[in-house]
Amino acid sequence: MRRFQTITSPHVLLETSVGQVMRRVLYAMLPGVAALVWFFGWGVLVNLAIATAVALVAEATMLAARGKPLAAHLGDCSAVVTAWLLAVALPPLAPWWLTTIGVLSAIVVAKHLYGGLGYNPFNPAMVGYVVLLISFPREMSTWLIPHGVGQTQALTLAETLRAIFLGAPVVDALTGATPLDVLRTKMGLGLSVAEIRNSPVFGLVSGHGWEWAVLGFLAGGLWLIYTRAADWRIPTGMLGGLALISTVLYLINPQKYAPPWFHLWSGAAIFGAFFIATDPVTASATPRGRLIYGAGIGVLVYIIRAFGGYPDGVAFSVLLMNIAAPTIDLYTPPRVFGARRG
Amino acid sequence: MSESGYLQILKDGVWTQNTGFVALLGLCPLLATSNSVVNGLGLGLATTLVLLMCNVAISLIRPLVRPEVRIPVFVLVIACAVTAVELAMHAFLPGLYGVLGIFIPLIVTNCCVIGRAEAFAFKNGVVKSAVDGIATGLGFMLALVLLGAIREILGQGTLLGQADLLFGEFGKGLTLHLIDDYRGFLLAILPPGAFIGLGCLIAIKNVLDARARRRAAAKPASALRAAEA
Repeated sequence: MRRFQTITSPHVLLETSVGQVMRRVLYAMLPGVAALVWFFGWGVLVNLAIATAVALVAEATMLAARGKPLAAHLGDCSAVVTAWLLAVALPPLAPWWLTTIGVLSAIVVAKHLYGGLGYNPFNPAMVGYVVLLISFPREMSTWLIPHGVGQTQALTLAETLRAIFLGAPVVDALTGATPLDVLRTKMGLGLSVAEIRNSPVFGLVSGHGWEWAVLGFLAGGLWLIYTRAADWRIPTGMLGGLALISTVLYLINPQKYAPPWFHLWSGAAIFGAFFIATDPVTASATPRGRLIYGAGIGVLVYIIRAFGGYPDGVAFSVLLMNIAAPTIDLYTPPRVFGARRG
Repeated sequence: MSESGYLQILKDGVWTQNTGFVALLGLCPLLATSNSVVNGLGLGLATTLVLLMCNVAISLIRPLVRPEVRIPVFVLVIACAVTAVELAMHAFLPGLYGVLGIFIPLIVTNCCVIGRAEAFAFKNGVVKSAVDGIATGLGFMLALVLLGAIREILGQGTLLGQADLLFGEFGKGLTLHLIDDYRGFLLAILPPGAFIGLGCLIAIKNVLDARARRRAAAKPASALRAAEA
């Protein structure tokens, strides 16, 4: 007969749920999204709204088709997070069908066909992004010039809606290449990094306007780490890997390779490090593995930016390291307490 | 051999043991050339012809070949058949030959050809082997054409585009433009589209088969109930 009440572990419960973590990710995105709206206008918000609506409908349809409870799975906001991560990465005037196809690829194909939240081997938002990037290169590279560059007036909400839903042509003066695009094209023309950076698209550190969005995402990301919604090891690994390889190449030839602070502060590096690579489902699960996983993404991002065919490579790098994550986990198991080192 | 025996061979080849959907043999040509209906149809016809010739030939020389050397003999026979088909295609359908290119000679390496030779033609008579060759070829062609249709509609918004490559002047009228001013969904034409499309087709086939099994299982039960009542 038992004398003591025995309970199995865990003995200390943390009051977090999937829904809470997902909502924290959404809150953490707000400062960066606000900066994007300030510099690129209403289109960012319209994209977010379309993506959220499509994601919820797709999620509900797939849950119903798979015979899963609707309220519990819709309530955890994971579909909304996927939709937001994808929508933020889209050009602000992306036509509505572009957003819709991207979100459907993410939710239906990358998430539910692989078994739903927790079973998907690839980051759904990045699958959606890559599908769009390789299928519709023209639409995906038409970015707006950020507010404050040149003498252009910002689009009104009505004009934005017309452009997104009816495909009304946008004045050419309003659209332009992203800083990483400019760097790539001008570099192809044989200009040095210092000459290219005189272009008005560039601001203090990276792109004008972009750098404030990056700052917003950095703030949100740091808050995520503070609340432990994201593991510090993945962003550290990723930014460390990117900084290391870009510093080495910058020291070798500063004319040909952009400085490390530019690389860290442009494109999706910060956003990807804190919000995309940290997806707990598709990332590596062991502490050491997470550092390696992050570093792999960072190095791949640099390789794709500097030597690949695309201006930015966060999405491809994340997907490639998603494939590697199970193998990394296999070789980096944490030491069991009391086990011998080595 | 009864009538139903041949029907069974046909059904096995086209559906139950479909090369593309069930056996997953010959995936390299299946995935690579199925970017349009006409390409799929062309390669499907060529493969069917090769399968028919090989199965018949191997079934005929069955008594002369010692089992120890059967694989090299199969390879020789297949290589001859493929060369004949390739030359014929080069002569009569130069346009399609240009599009399919390396994949016609590569039928030699298609595992479904040597697979049928080993699993069927070497153990059965000429007529049965011929039926099996046609059935397997038709099954492969079904996979190619279905996948080709999906990828062509999604990727280019057309159906039977470039049909003149296969049907001559008459084929030009066959091309259907389903969607006007279609921008094209590049992913469907690119290799990932082939993998995703094939995966979806296999899933659909499995669903159909599961439904058929359920219905078959339900039938005796309902018949029993009817008898009791």
